Amino acid sequence: MRSSNEIAVAAANAAGAYVSLSQVGKTYASARGPIPALVDINLDIKPHEFVSVVGPSGCGKSTLLKLVAGLEGVSAGSVQIAGRPLNGPPDGLGVVFQRDVLLDWRTILDNVLLSIEFTRKPSAAERARAMGLLKRFGLAGFEDRFPFELSGGMRQRASICRALLADPELLLMDEPFGALDAMTRDDLNVELAQIWQDTRKTLLFITHSIVEAVFLSDRVVMMSKTPGKIVDTITVDLPRPRRLAVRDSAEFATFVQRIRHHFAELGILKE
Amino acid sequence: MMAFLKRLIGGESETRDVFVVIAAALLLWEIGVWIFHPSPLILPAPSVIVVEFFKAPGLYLRHLAFTLLMTLIGFGLSVVLGVALSVGIIYSRFLERTAYTLLVVLNSIPKVALAPLFVIWMGTGPEPKVAIALMLAIFPIVIDSVLGLRSVDPDMLNLARVSKASPWAVLTKIRFPCALPSLFAGMKVGISLALVGAIVGEFVAGNYGIGFQILVAQGQFDTVRVFVSLLLLGIVGAVLFFLVNYAERLLLPWHVSQRARSDRSGS
Ligand SMILES: Nc1ncnc2c1ncn2[C@@H]1O[C@H](COP(=O)(O)OP(=O)(O)O)[C@@H](O)[C@H]1O
Ligand SMILES: [Mg+2]
Repeated sequence: MRSSNEIAVAAANAAGAYVSLSQVGKTYASARGPIPALVDINLDIKPHEFVSVVGPSGCGKSTLLKLVAGLEGVSAGSVQIAGRPLNGPPDGLGVVFQRDVLLDWRTILDNVLLSIEFTRKPSAAERARAMGLLKRFGLAGFEDRFPFELSGGMRQRASICRALLADPELLLMDEPFGALDAMTRDDLNVELAQIWQDTRKTLLFITHSIVEAVFLSDRVVMMSKTPGKIVDTITVDLPRPRRLAVRDSAEFATFVQRIRHHFAELGILKE
Repeated sequence: MMAFLKRLIGGESETRDVFVVIAAALLLWEIGVWIFHPSPLILPAPSVIVVEFFKAPGLYLRHLAFTLLMTLIGFGLSVVLGVALSVGIIYSRFLERTAYTLLVVLNSIPKVALAPLFVIWMGTGPEPKVAIALMLAIFPIVIDSVLGLRSVDPDMLNLARVSKASPWAVLTKIRFPCALPSLFAGMKVGISLALVGAIVGEFVAGNYGIGFQILVAQGQFDTVRVFVSLLLLGIVGAVLFFLVNYAERLLLPWHVSQRARSDRSGS
């Protein structure tokens, strides 16, 4: 039971933040005893902010995302979304996973409509919106194809469309481009930067690519391993809209170097 | 049906291979008998077997129809009950630990040995035949469909939870279609076992069906008639398997195993 005073304090702390994690810890139970995956995570994400989380594999990035998505419960601390403590997946949430998880037996359009179809029959307007999104992501003409007929990049584009269909307030992406080749990845980085510019979703983006994080984000959160904790946060104030060419600039290189250097100091990266 | 005939004649390689191999085997058999003259009590020639069938085709076909009916009822029930049980096992920890455990353990015992028990329980009519067919066929169906229902990508289920999908929506939109390839694998084994079950049922008791025909012919040392029955069983077994296979291709054009096939025939 929380006193009304405590709730008021929590609300005040979260003021201005759309996503707010305070002193969050997560420990998994396993056959070989408890596995502490995250300790003392404090992170506020403002509305319309693009925040990336970078860190070595196994540092708890996916766990962090699942906590924000309400798919896992916290072991300590609290997660608040729009000022409300989380209890299961919140409303207005879109998620993109590393694997595109498209259903093989549904066409691309039907896969995009799936997130709505889980609860109700999509309206004509929603179908039109799905078509529009597919077009926007260069998938016009592929609506009636099946996932196996598409390349990895196209499939991941479709799964981004699916996450955007219900026009969520909050978008979570867990290494969405991790399985793609470098060129496709660059393409999708540019497309995501563009769509974020247009829609201004609050976005939590997980990646292990420093370059990707700097290119896309307003803020980059750096995590270290076992147990996962936040070691630093860097604000990236490169001008927007960002084109791929920004990656050749000196400022960009400075951001990347700062993050890389920091990880090197922690013994996570070799310099 | 037309598509099937066209495929047969137009020569989709796999189907054609089956027929060529069977024809060649029958031919070798015929020639072998012609050269070595085994006692007709041991091995009659295929031509003799065919002639015997046409002496009383109505008799054989009536008994065959009975066996086929027992098989299909047993198989149909095993699919319905098997799928229902699998869904129960997936959603209920209790059923998983009781029914599923029991099923896996029982699967390794020779179940045909239970056939006489069914006769004691149900008499000598059609019931024990259906029951034995059902009992044999349900094992692979449950085991494979449980496997299939479980083989869903956890992130797909996460997506469903984020989208507030009801358990029913998860079952019908994700789990069940995802389990279909596995279910069909179980059904292909199950349909053959259902036929075995019906025959075993007829062996144990009763006075109808192809199994019964074999027993009668054996009692009279009429090898030719035994072979007529065996040949008919072979044909029916193959056709049943083929029908399940065909249904799978119609229903699962998206599945990897089917895709590989269409790629090959396309090139
Ligand atoms: N469901 C789970 N049960 C037990 N341990 C888990 C589970 N999920 C993740 N872990 C453990 O938590 C740690 C962080 O995992 P994860 O969040 O997937 O890291 P990342 O996404 O950064 O690679 C790892 O040590 C992993 O083994
Ligand atoms: Mg991960």
